[in-house]
Amino acid sequence: MTATVPGLTAPRKARKLRVAQRRTDTGLTVVVVRKPGVPLVEVRLRVPFQSAAETHPARAALLSDSLLTGAGSYDRAGLAAAVQALGADLSVGVDADRLMLSANVLATGLPQLLGLLAIVLTEPSFDRDEVATERDRLSERLGIARSRPGVIASERLATRMWGQHPYALDLPQPDAVAATTPAQLRRLHADRVRPSGAVLVVVGDVSPQRVVDDTESALAGWTGKAPKPRMPALPTPQPGPLLIIDRPGSVQSSLRMGRAAIPRSDERYPALQLANLIFGGYFSSRWTENIREDKGYTYGPHSHVDHQVLGSTLSFDVEVATEVTGPALLETNYELGRIASLPVTEEEVEAARQYAIGTLALSTATQSGLASTLAALAAFDLGLDWVLSHPGRLLATGVDEVSAAAATYFAPSGLTAVIVGDATTITAPLAALGAIEE
Amino acid sequence: MPRPPKLPSPSFDLTHHTLGNGLRVVVAPDPSAPVVGIAVLYDVGFRSEPQGRTGFAHLFEHLMFQGSANLEKLEHFRYVQSSGGTLNGSTHLDYTNYFEALPSNALERGLFLEADRMLSPRITPENLANQLEVVKNEIRVNVMNRPYGGFPWIYLPALLFDTFANAHNGYGGFEDLESATVEDARDFFTRYYAPANAVLAIGGDLDVDDTLAMVEKHFAGIAKRRPPKRPKFGEPPLSAERRSTHEDAHAPIPAVAIGYRIADPIGSLDDHLANVLLAEVLSDGDASRLQRRLVQRDHLVTDVAAYLGEFGDPFDERDPTALTVIAHYPQAASLDAILAATDEEFARIAESGLDPGELDRVRTRIVSVLLRELDAVMSRTLEFAKFELIYGRAELIAELPERLRAVSEDAVRAAAAALRPDRRAVLELIAGGAR
Repeated sequence: MTATVPGLTAPRKARKLRVAQRRTDTGLTVVVVRKPGVPLVEVRLRVPFQSAAETHPARAALLSDSLLTGAGSYDRAGLAAAVQALGADLSVGVDADRLMLSANVLATGLPQLLGLLAIVLTEPSFDRDEVATERDRLSERLGIARSRPGVIASERLATRMWGQHPYALDLPQPDAVAATTPAQLRRLHADRVRPSGAVLVVVGDVSPQRVVDDTESALAGWTGKAPKPRMPALPTPQPGPLLIIDRPGSVQSSLRMGRAAIPRSDERYPALQLANLIFGGYFSSRWTENIREDKGYTYGPHSHVDHQVLGSTLSFDVEVATEVTGPALLETNYELGRIASLPVTEEEVEAARQYAIGTLALSTATQSGLASTLAALAAFDLGLDWVLSHPGRLLATGVDEVSAAAATYFAPSGLTAVIVGDATTITAPLAALGAIEE
Repeated sequence: MPRPPKLPSPSFDLTHHTLGNGLRVVVAPDPSAPVVGIAVLYDVGFRSEPQGRTGFAHLFEHLMFQGSANLEKLEHFRYVQSSGGTLNGSTHLDYTNYFEALPSNALERGLFLEADRMLSPRITPENLANQLEVVKNEIRVNVMNRPYGGFPWIYLPALLFDTFANAHNGYGGFEDLESATVEDARDFFTRYYAPANAVLAIGGDLDVDDTLAMVEKHFAGIAKRRPPKRPKFGEPPLSAERRSTHEDAHAPIPAVAIGYRIADPIGSLDDHLANVLLAEVLSDGDASRLQRRLVQRDHLVTDVAAYLGEFGDPFDERDPTALTVIAHYPQAASLDAILAATDEEFARIAESGLDPGELDRVRTRIVSVLLRELDAVMSRTLEFAKFELIYGRAELIAELPERLRAVSEDAVRAAAAALRPDRRAVLELIAGGAR
């Protein structure tokens, strides 16, 4: 029996979203999008948090972990109970660019949640005992993180690419965590957790204009301006020999490679995005179809473009079985060389384009997806307009532009690379393929 | 403290239909975004795999992506992704799911792709050999090469349960996986992948009648086969404590998993919901009992979590399921103190009940989590299919907030009282990576 795969019918347009946005007197930007569906609301508050200070990663991480351990008249359990009673969850995360408070709440509880948020932003306790508890937990969690081969490899690659730049030192060191005090957290909070330059995104079953007003008044008492951080420019990563990091007995090798890329605002970005998909950015990519679906060397390779405020990165991650580490690198280099040297096909570009357009729609079709996307874009002064206009940019990108982006960014000679694995087994096969460093 | 908000219930229109070959279909229109979700759940999971074939249900899941009646290898992925969609599959204790989220203009294409592999997956020696290597690499990356890999889901059942069905490793041993044959896979397909042993759910931007017509067109031609008889897997509660250890070469600090058998979540749903509330009282957030006691007061553990179901979904399994408490802790000598404190907290709930407002806020949070699960078209469609398959009724999702509201504090106390030391299995993880 042979049947034909059904064609696509005419695409339906997404409904227009109702949006309200305001920059308040305190310098906070509030963006509210009405997105009904479930009677919930997603909240993201992005506070710029860059710093070149050596002590910053440990202080920032501990501040993030301690921020919800009490505020105003609430002790730790009292604050958590008040959040839970709203059907809410409130959490904090930090990286080298920003502090992010994330919440979801039943729509009826949004006003009270904003009230609790205001207290956390203006009157955090940083109680001595609670900070001590979180300091120990942070050290233990860092120990766990650094026992994972992928984390070891990523940290070493970051150092090799960015040297002593703060972007390479994102994950704090245990002794720096141990030396951090509640007074230092209070000072960091007072200096940097300020509304000027921060962005609050609210998405959900709400009336945008009213929520902008409510948010402005709920957070009116959160004031002040953070000093502009003096960050060094991001260095240009240097390609070099493959660095082998020994992890005796490892049953897989973790390969990580990277290079500098371009931001979303660059006119060549859509071409890079498509080239990345074709290479290793989705399942139907050359890298996956070769080393997973043909050779079975791995559960799955991934390449991706990541955007940080000071620069964008093209990265390659894969875990391959120890005994096929050499052949897996051979195939990887072959696919890199192929996409950098020969044009991609019209069919490949069209498939990647439809995937990019479709998954953008899927990821912004949920309240949480849209809120996270808008909070991430806000760091680059991009917003909903960018999401809505990006399909047009992808549609306007031709095969030649994608091939040109591939030639520029995927050349194997331009990558910085590290591998974590069982050195006694993998060193010789890797050395046979190119320069290594042990 | 603010007054607890009124609890909303989700609402949706479900249309049910059963094809002549026995395939059960659930259609759930929602025009809010131009996307659709398609989920096919087969009523077979790793509890049903035969002795000597551990991991087979999961290996077979991989083979369902290797081409089918009208599709070459790689084409299934390419058709979904080049239509702008995403896809995956996963193997659970009691079922295996396959699903795709697509722009709504690809609905019929998605239905065709699912029908084509329900008709006949391409099970060849080459595909089997290739996916055997992929699965071994999946196990290496998720279990063998990382700290706490497979802990506790692979190792605790072996201590907590007695029968092969409940106790064995669902990822499978390499020897068992390597001995799997094309013949085994064809037999497994014939036996368990009958249309009458599956549920198809479709949600999102669609017209119900058009969708049902497409379903008839693509699925009705698949021959009817008798579905297998589902065995009973129930095991009574333990009557004496069990203890064991698990060596983890990579873990820097020890961990413990404490498991309790939980009977019949479907037949005794209200008792089960009391357990769901109890797990939330125990470990959700900084106001929960075990966080306050073990993390904040006694400083015994780095983190602690209590959950139902092997992968943390309380509605994912039939009889039996499990309640698990897991903790990571820096000092190996703390284990007895952790167990004693945990028992004290269970006893405190059983004897003194809950604090004023405690049950209400926990209930409110659970309802909020249930609603959030229904926002994305894909997870919503998967939930419809799962409740239809496991509970026999997708509509139950909309009734859960009311059913939760009806659970009394006494029921939660009774659930806590059942977590006695003689009913638990304690698996201690020995940290081989400690420096």
